[in-house]
Amino acid sequence: MRAYLLSRLGQTVLVVFLSLTAVFFLVRLGGDPVLLFLPMDIQAKDLDEFRERLGFNDPLAVQYGRFVSRAAHGDFGESLRYRRDALWLVLERLPATLSLAGSALLLTFCVAVPVGVLSAVRRGSLLDFLGMGAAVLGQAVPGFWLGLMMIYLFSVRLGWLPTGGMGGPLHFVMPCVVLASFYAARMARITRSSVLDTLNEEYVLTARAKGLGEPVVIGKHTLKNSAIPIVTLAGLDTGQLLGGAVITETIFAWPGLGRLTVQALLNRDFPVVLAAVFLFSVTYTLINFLVDLLYGWLDPRTRARVRA
Amino acid sequence: MSRFLTRHGRGVVGIAIASLVILAAVAAPWLVHQDPLQSDFAAGLKPPGSPGHPLGTDQLGRDLLARVLYGARVALFIGLCCVLLTAVVGGLLGLLAGYFEGWPGAVLMRLADVQLSFPFILLALTINAIVGLGLRNIIVSLSVAGWVVYARVVRGEVLSVKQRDFVHAAQALGLGRARLLFRHVLPNVTPSIVIVASLQFAQFIVAEAAISFLGFGVQPPTPAWGSMLSESRDYLYVAWWLAAFPGAALALTALGINLVGDWLRDVLDPRFRV
Repeated sequence: MRAYLLSRLGQTVLVVFLSLTAVFFLVRLGGDPVLLFLPMDIQAKDLDEFRERLGFNDPLAVQYGRFVSRAAHGDFGESLRYRRDALWLVLERLPATLSLAGSALLLTFCVAVPVGVLSAVRRGSLLDFLGMGAAVLGQAVPGFWLGLMMIYLFSVRLGWLPTGGMGGPLHFVMPCVVLASFYAARMARITRSSVLDTLNEEYVLTARAKGLGEPVVIGKHTLKNSAIPIVTLAGLDTGQLLGGAVITETIFAWPGLGRLTVQALLNRDFPVVLAAVFLFSVTYTLINFLVDLLYGWLDPRTRARVRA
Repeated sequence: MSRFLTRHGRGVVGIAIASLVILAAVAAPWLVHQDPLQSDFAAGLKPPGSPGHPLGTDQLGRDLLARVLYGARVALFIGLCCVLLTAVVGGLLGLLAGYFEGWPGAVLMRLADVQLSFPFILLALTINAIVGLGLRNIIVSLSVAGWVVYARVVRGEVLSVKQRDFVHAAQALGLGRARLLFRHVLPNVTPSIVIVASLQFAQFIVAEAAISFLGFGVQPPTPAWGSMLSESRDYLYVAWWLAAFPGAALALTALGINLVGDWLRDVLDPRFRV
């Protein structure tokens, strides 16, 4: 177990290091950030001073070395726009994003798993047809359009929900639904097919033959055994959910990491972009790690491989 | 008949929707007479059903129907370019990495893992923000973000295909490597490439719209659905149609392509059945 944890840690560090390196060079190849960032009417003297202060005049290799050694100490520099520590700026926004992504994930599970299981158990019924029809639609309708239409209906027309921002529980409703729609649709379909596969297994037949009630057969014998594909997808999706949050946060003016990243990209505020990339890749690899641990719990056969 | 419908129903509906979208894109100049860029400020923000403007007009008085139809051209063009680029580049790299199991392939796959450990849309957005805006750059950004899926899938397939007897037989007959790869291995991984391509197609179109919606990607006045939706946000209180129709067109396109993709997957490869 220890060797496994160490190798996972090594992988995480490698992933984070490579993503930061790639983005660092992309950013530097993209042109002079000072020109893009500062106002047009700035004097040439100030321009040079600004460059010198940020170290943009040094050779690229020197800049990269400095960036790596500072980043290793958690220092991504100052935001060019807000003149504050970039990592702090990003960390401040993390709770808003995590609470949105977390509630969207919860909503995804609460809707998709029951729909998927019921569609599988009542295969070919009207419920199955409607559930899967909704899932196919949910996968096709882009979140940002759904968001706009919901704002029009629930905020502009009916006045039931706030158009955006963060506040009470009502503020969560629309961003959460919009973020969850695509992932819930896909998860419902995977759940259905996975449960259908498991229902054909002989141990399910045995459980039924023993005279166990349908809730126990489905809940205990089927669901736990069909959980692996569902958990895999949930793990993959949680990372994509962070990406989806970029768009959802922008539509609903949600003060999270995604919106900050979009603004930083628009403003060419590169220290903030790099700090955000860092945080995204750390969060994502951590989630994948948790998913792997969950596998061990769900399927004891994978534990042996982990130990070996 | 009913068995045909349960097996191919989705395919029929999907192909019907996709054909409709392709028709709209190809025949746009014959379906509407207005120029999607021609503004008429006096006729701005007319609601749907106004004379001469079945879907109404936007804030500059441009005909919305014309813009939505021409938008299909932009969306399909971008989607098609991205799918072709990623399928060729990703497929070729996957083919080579699977066939020659040396260190270059291993390094490539590690890089693919790193890239996959990052949300697709955020990656494409970051690349686009850095390489710059416009039609060409959005195609480049989406393709750079999207090739890994093909490389992964194709490499996995090649690893198993090259163990099969007919490949060993071809090797024993002394076939050249290039011939072996392209005549014997490639045809056996083509179904996977087709499946991935059909599923990626809609993803590229939606991602392009999302990126243009955020203010990157395709820029106004080009009639792209994403940037039209972006502009519509300012008028949501007064002109719902500006948001409704381009988005509906986008959703319909994604739906049609997804249905075709699902159906192809069922028909070509029962292992992936959902």
